[in-house]
Amino acid sequence: MRKFILQLVVFSVFSSVVHAQKTDDLMDMLDKSTPAAQKKQYATATFKATRLIDGMTVENLGAGVLDCRIDHRFGQLSQGSSNFYGVDDATTLLDLDYGITKWLMVGLNHSVLNKEYGGFLKAKILRQQKDAMPFTLSYAFSTSEQTTPSPQLPVATDKWYMSNRLYYTNQILIGRKFSEAVSFQIVPTIVHYNIVDSNKTNNNTVALGLGGRVKLTKRMAITGEYYYRLTNTDMTYQGAKTYNSCSLGLEIETGGHVFQLMLTNSASITERMFIGQTTDSWGKGQLHIGFNISRVFTVVKPKGFKGSDAK
Amino acid sequence: MKKVLFLMVCMTVLSVQGMYAQKYMTRTGKVKFDATTPTSPEKIAGVNNEVASILDATSGNLVFQIFVKSFKFEKELMEEHFNENYMESDKFPKSEFKGIISNNSAVNYSKDGSYPATATGKLTIHGVTKDVTITGTVVVKGNSVTLQANFTAKLADYGINVPSLVADKLAKEAKVNLSCELEKK
Repeated sequence: MRKFILQLVVFSVFSSVVHAQKTDDLMDMLDKSTPAAQKKQYATATFKATRLIDGMTVENLGAGVLDCRIDHRFGQLSQGSSNFYGVDDATTLLDLDYGITKWLMVGLNHSVLNKEYGGFLKAKILRQQKDAMPFTLSYAFSTSEQTTPSPQLPVATDKWYMSNRLYYTNQILIGRKFSEAVSFQIVPTIVHYNIVDSNKTNNNTVALGLGGRVKLTKRMAITGEYYYRLTNTDMTYQGAKTYNSCSLGLEIETGGHVFQLMLTNSASITERMFIGQTTDSWGKGQLHIGFNISRVFTVVKPKGFKGSDAK
Repeated sequence: MKKVLFLMVCMTVLSVQGMYAQKYMTRTGKVKFDATTPTSPEKIAGVNNEVASILDATSGNLVFQIFVKSFKFEKELMEEHFNENYMESDKFPKSEFKGIISNNSAVNYSKDGSYPATATGKLTIHGVTKDVTITGTVVVKGNSVTLQANFTAKLADYGINVPSLVADKLAKEAKVNLSCELEKK
């Protein structure tokens, strides 16, 4: 009888082991049959928005997504109480961006400063992928036209061309999400100025942008951005000395909005202005408070959701 | 001697069972979830059309595997929040179920029909494993078996944190609808 019980125990242990192995075996079969495309693990949300502070990030909008942005920079904090610490003296950029595909987005914007009209496109070329691609790479081209006041010719008698109002910026954005919390990007940049203050100044400014974010919580992050000019550091803007742009920010995400608060020496927001024509300096305490608000709307629903009710 | 004989019989039975184990499989099953509440500002729902599953009809052993990033949403931003803030899909890329159809003998896989079934086992979501019992239907039709089930998953049970700011805009329990058509292998 004892033997029989022992046999029963052996059998039940044996069969339960076999049973446990079996679901594991089935799971192994699923693992082995997983198509390569499904196994790829792309990094997502390296940054929360398509702009970090002033500059662009490697991120694109999704296909069919419209992003309405309001970027605001106040005057110098050091203007003191007579100008309400810069609040009375503010500049704004209104920006409408749209994702055509998941890798291509375009945008149109208007800056109050210099009444500048701009447009850009950004293409995501490489995507960071676990065990395969260490970074995400995007290319961005932006252009803008200064309308009022007209840019001043270095020699007043020079012939005036319409193109004198135009600026072009080419950027390669290389970003990496190091962890859930930490992302970083480097941004080699060339800004072309059709006219500059002096005939002795080069029309191209080469700069290297550095940007990063460290998440404090899932929905809040500290951000930083620095555009270091490699050439043309002696370029003046309307006769004033220029400095590298450096900004510190706090990014807060609330559902459909991203708020970005910043402290920066750049009062201007367009690429050509903040990268090459920032005339304020951290060293002199010429700092500006500012904020960006981004709100996204799904204009074209993704495949499989067309015609479905929004609520 | 009797013992050895007995064990040999056991092993033979088991291995024969293994040999004749009839498996059904899919990689294109469908699972939907809905976590909308009356106070939600928008529909909070996702769908995944790449559910992988194997059913061993002989033993009733059943597994499901889902890549969290394969969930699709009407709004891209919701998909980002789902992955980044709630499911943490970089950290926990897969959800899994390992279990058994406990009334497997009541399902006749060689006869077309719809059979009520109960699956018990371990459900892993967001890195947290829970024992679950799910009731549903096994529909046998020719060489295919369709598994259908509706159940709920409580977000807190799986360590999915919802910030207080949006606590009333997101259901405490997600309604899950599963429908997978498995083909004979």
